[in-house]
Amino acid sequence: MAVKVDFLKQTAYFSGLSPAALDSIAKLVFEKKVDRSEIFVLEGGTEDVLYIVASGAAKMFKTSAEGKEQILSIARPGDSVNDVAVFDGGPNLVAAQAMSPVVLYGLSKSHLEKILVEYPQVANNVIKVLANRVRYLVSLVEDLSFKHVIGRIAKILLQYGSGAESGQRLTQQDMAAMAGTVREVVGRSLKVLEEEKAIKLDHHRIIITDEEALKRIIEEPS
Amino acid sequence: MIELPVIDPEKCNGCGLCVEVCQHDVLVFIGDIVTVNKVEECDWCTTCELICAEGALTCPFEVVLG
Repeated sequence: MAVKVDFLKQTAYFSGLSPAALDSIAKLVFEKKVDRSEIFVLEGGTEDVLYIVASGAAKMFKTSAEGKEQILSIARPGDSVNDVAVFDGGPNLVAAQAMSPVVLYGLSKSHLEKILVEYPQVANNVIKVLANRVRYLVSLVEDLSFKHVIGRIAKILLQYGSGAESGQRLTQQDMAAMAGTVREVVGRSLKVLEEEKAIKLDHHRIIITDEEALKRIIEEPS
Repeated sequence: MIELPVIDPEKCNGCGLCVEVCQHDVLVFIGDIVTVNKVEECDWCTTCELICAEGALTCPFEVVLG
């Protein structure tokens, strides 16, 4: 129990609470262990439990009708999962999948509602968490006007493959910074470019297999 | 020469998430430091880079003309 309380007081949801409040909340929290690759929240499902990652990491993603996956965020220890569905009672917005063995602390919707009434500080904390989430997602939505991000990435690859920067290494984070996007979008863009046979990913190499295709993608109107 | 993920020990906070998410057990802790162990098993999935909140672990790409 002491471990749980020590952990909870460091989370965004429960920061600033008294030891007595934390003890009381810890009693309502249950532990859930999930294996690597296990999907513990289904997109569109009705899981009405808020989870906080205690250890390990999980990815939040959406899957398109064509089966393409877009990672929206990574939840690390202290991060919450499934907040929106628990608060508004709607379906789960995203799926959550463990990237390693994960230990989750869960709070049912009914217990969370009791906590919000009894400890108004928690409500303030929740507002801040959700506001930050909205800020991040708005930025991601901007980046996910997908076509011109792919064009910017294609341009970067041409620069590094055959242009002035040839021979220099770059990470996906470098590409994201240069393209004005986030790493998750770069990862997906590289997959799309590979599907279009413009590039091939070979371990640590990005091989430009069709330079003309990359140039066409760069020229495409956004 | 086999390419390895690049680890910056000054940025590494020892959280161990990279070791946990690696599906091929490529990364291990030696003391407090994450190091690459089974080099030949690394398939450059870059999940370790994705998971590192500190930017301590990177998987740089070389872009080449085919």
